[in-house]
Amino acid sequence: MSSLTLPPPRNSLADRLSTLLYTRRGLLLALLLAPPLLWFGVIYLGSLFSLLANSFFRLDDFTGQVVREIGFSNFVEIFTPTNLDVALRSTVMAILVTVACVVIGFPIAYYMARYARGPQKALLYVAVMLPLWSSYLVRLYAWKLLLAKEGAISWVMQSLHLQWLLDALLSMPVVGGSSLSFSPMGTFIVFVYMWLPFMILPIMASIERIPGSYLEASADLGASPAQTFRQVIFPLAMPGIAAGSIFTFSLTLGDYIIPQVIGNSTLYIGQVVYRQQGVAGNLPFAAAFSLVPIVIIGVYLWLAKRKGAFDAL
Amino acid sequence: MRSDTAAKFSKPQRGASWGLKAATWAGVLFLHIPLALIILYAFSSEDKSYVFPPPGLTTQWFAVALERQDVWDAMKLSFQVALWATGIAVVLGTLAAGALARTQFFGRDAVNLLLILPIALPGVITGIALRSSYHAMEIPFSFWTIVIGHATFCVVVVYNNAVARLRRISPALIEASMDLGANAFQTFRYVLLPQLGSALLAGGLLAFALSFDEVIVTTFTAGQQTTLPIWMLQELIRPRQRPVTNVVAVIMIALTFIPIVAAYWLTRADEDSQNR
Repeated sequence: MSSLTLPPPRNSLADRLSTLLYTRRGLLLALLLAPPLLWFGVIYLGSLFSLLANSFFRLDDFTGQVVREIGFSNFVEIFTPTNLDVALRSTVMAILVTVACVVIGFPIAYYMARYARGPQKALLYVAVMLPLWSSYLVRLYAWKLLLAKEGAISWVMQSLHLQWLLDALLSMPVVGGSSLSFSPMGTFIVFVYMWLPFMILPIMASIERIPGSYLEASADLGASPAQTFRQVIFPLAMPGIAAGSIFTFSLTLGDYIIPQVIGNSTLYIGQVVYRQQGVAGNLPFAAAFSLVPIVIIGVYLWLAKRKGAFDAL
Repeated sequence: MRSDTAAKFSKPQRGASWGLKAATWAGVLFLHIPLALIILYAFSSEDKSYVFPPPGLTTQWFAVALERQDVWDAMKLSFQVALWATGIAVVLGTLAAGALARTQFFGRDAVNLLLILPIALPGVITGIALRSSYHAMEIPFSFWTIVIGHATFCVVVVYNNAVARLRRISPALIEASMDLGANAFQTFRYVLLPQLGSALLAGGLLAFALSFDEVIVTTFTAGQQTTLPIWMLQELIRPRQRPVTNVVAVIMIALTFIPIVAAYWLTRADEDSQNR
């Protein structure tokens, strides 16, 4: 810093402009905000409104062209049994995935927050971060390899003489299929895998914030470790769980690639939106149906906010 | 005696139970076995199926993959898109961070929400929204329609990194610079920018990784263009040459790991210097 020399003051254009910005902070703020606001306001919000507008149009059955008349036919169509079925299945899947992520993620987050120190903590942190940021498609492809009929999981089950267990699971109705990679069970496993890091990190953050003295106080008052966990740690970790669940829930609800690559032909919300838009060319219905996850997520966010999820983000 | 009891009570942590340790490391294995498996498969001599364990190991598929023009083209397009998206995101994210870091104004929370929304909403919604507006404006699909989509959701990554750093820079530094006669631009160039540098680099690297890997928004905003993730998705749905796919997967792991690890070290080094 000592080698740094500034040019002598001149009353240049830059100087005068600088004084103007310094004395009128509102102008500076406006200049800073203008480009991002223009980008997001015009491109992003504009697109969202365009989507909303489209949902009121309809597709002419004969010409296959979009008819630009305001109507509610798309919204009525959402309430047909097939579409309600898709929405219900996606929501149930999102809830199950969220619960599984909490069950698997909580011990990891708890260990990272309370026991791991120094290099071990850094190692665990990187171990959770890397899958979170690394390629989504590559990880999906890895699961295709793992779950395939001749793949690694089958091989492990055979080596352990547990093939009968795998067969029994696959023969179950609703969740089973011809192989793990063609069953809702497989879809579920991959969803859990994909979003697990999104659950671990916020839980870890919320457990780290629990003061050690609370746990001592609980022990002093005669609580067993299990009671301390149930009545002190778990309630205080709740905002972290709620924050993580926003990711696991909303990502599951919107994803259409995982069920397309792993799973049988059962449809999820994202796939219906994608197909209506792409294959069927019915942008108005796709637009209307894409409001379904927005509404469900909206309700979910409202519930999560009451649990304090936004304080833990 | 008193110091003895104090020492005992200041150490409330006992070791983790055996079950907790097992659950933790099992979870870490669950997160990493699939990635390790991909690397193993890239060297498999079996080219027809996903059979496990691989009957033999070979490096020949790397040579085969490097010969493929479609892979090179997809990689080149992904690089170019990610560079442009990152560039736009760094500019917009830094400006937004500058505006929101220390000021309070009406609508501040709304602006904040607006920046987060493109990654908070499911990608399918961002994608279809952009597609419907391109359609409405009669904008043909091109390189730039992909870049616009990517830049929109990359801004928040840069913004998060820049805003965290700006909040830690002491305002006294800026005042000192102004007192010494520097104008706002000089202060930005010589005082603020060097302090922001590593945060912007970390944010930029993450934005690059995010764009390089993005598939959902890309499927909606690309016409005939094939980015590397789109290429990968096509292979996932209709596998053609599995060994090549395995090799490309390994290349993608390498290409996204490097910026992520670099960004981690950049932000960590910064936190360490703050704690000192």
